[in-house]
Amino acid sequence: MIDARLYLLQRLTAIAMLPLIATHLILMIVAINGGLTAEEILGRTQGSVGWALFYGSFVIFAAIHGAIGFRTIAYEWLIPNIRICSVASFGLLIVLIGLGLRAVYAVIVL
Amino acid sequence: MKTKDQTLTVSIDRFDGTSHYQTTHDVPTRDNQTVLDVVTWIQQHDDPTLSYRFACRVGMCGSCAMNINGEPKWSCRTHVSKVVDAGSALRISPLRNMPILRDLSVDMTPFFDKWTQAVGYFVPTQTKDDPLPAIKSDDRDRAKANQSIECINCGICYSACDVVAANDAYLGPAALNRAWTLVNDERDGGAKERLEAVSSDAGCHNCHSQHGCSTYCPNLLAPATSIAGLKRQTLLNLLPWGSHDD
Ligand code: SF4
Ligand code: SF4
Ligand code: FES
Repeated sequence: MIDARLYLLQRLTAIAMLPLIATHLILMIVAINGGLTAEEILGRTQGSVGWALFYGSFVIFAAIHGAIGFRTIAYEWLIPNIRICSVASFGLLIVLIGLGLRAVYAVIVL
Repeated sequence: MKTKDQTLTVSIDRFDGTSHYQTTHDVPTRDNQTVLDVVTWIQQHDDPTLSYRFACRVGMCGSCAMNINGEPKWSCRTHVSKVVDAGSALRISPLRNMPILRDLSVDMTPFFDKWTQAVGYFVPTQTKDDPLPAIKSDDRDRAKANQSIECINCGICYSACDVVAANDAYLGPAALNRAWTLVNDERDGGAKERLEAVSSDAGCHNCHSQHGCSTYCPNLLAPATSIAGLKRQTLLNLLPWGSHDD
């Protein structure tokens, strides 16, 4: 139960996430050398517009990508009613964006 | 394949319109025996109520498909010796994903309705008075169409497809394969309507690309590859900068 537009959106968000995932992984591997502390992470992120945009967009792309995938899986495996699946996956989208942006807010602003 | 007394034990999943049950039959083995031979022997010598379909017996009509030891195959061209190991039994059941009418006969109406939904029919652009267009043998689109035209409508791919099993509405590999041949047929004028039909939420984007269809197609077609072509073409049409599959 996925049409061409949702399918395209899911692929485009995947493509958009590729450089973000690569940067995130490389950064983690590099940063963890010599130990990892909260101060070190917050020192990098607090007040940084760049990291706010980086992780803010990452959260939104991941939430869209995941919610579309969840909708298909829910329909094929759990609830064969596409309306219920659409509402549930929209709910998931909002929750993921909310949780993700809250975490970004916490490391950038607080 | 052969037991000591030269018979083969065959179990068949049956349905009489109300209940499902299983029957078991001892069938004499023969050289070069096909599964269709086995089923026919059972109907003629053991149980005349057994319902099944066949017509051509040579792999052309597509009517004899059934599940043979759990895998969808054309029974007229499946040799018993290829599917049964020494001493083991043969289990036959109807195709999946279609309502069972009786025993091994399934109702293929939804299968064929989906061909129509996918605009899997030729839309002519010329009349009989126009000259026949010459199609060059090295034409790229024609080469793509040629790869998928030998479908015999047997429903084997449709039975093999797990997405059809999970999603009643999904158009399925055969109808989409047919749509892809027509998209590449330069004489056809229905491409726009067809690409819209296969872009719907029952369309080609539901395919998980696991190639169950291509694995089992008895004519060695590759519906999954045709579906990949449809996905590519429909997505290119959605993007502002692309409108052609080249
Ligand atoms: S490749 Fe696609 S159409 Fe073929 S069996 Fe798998 S899901 Fe079905
Ligand atoms: S594509 Fe192959 S398996 Fe599917 S209906 Fe046609 S011949 Fe049968
Ligand atoms: S009987 Fe015609 S394909 Fe098997």
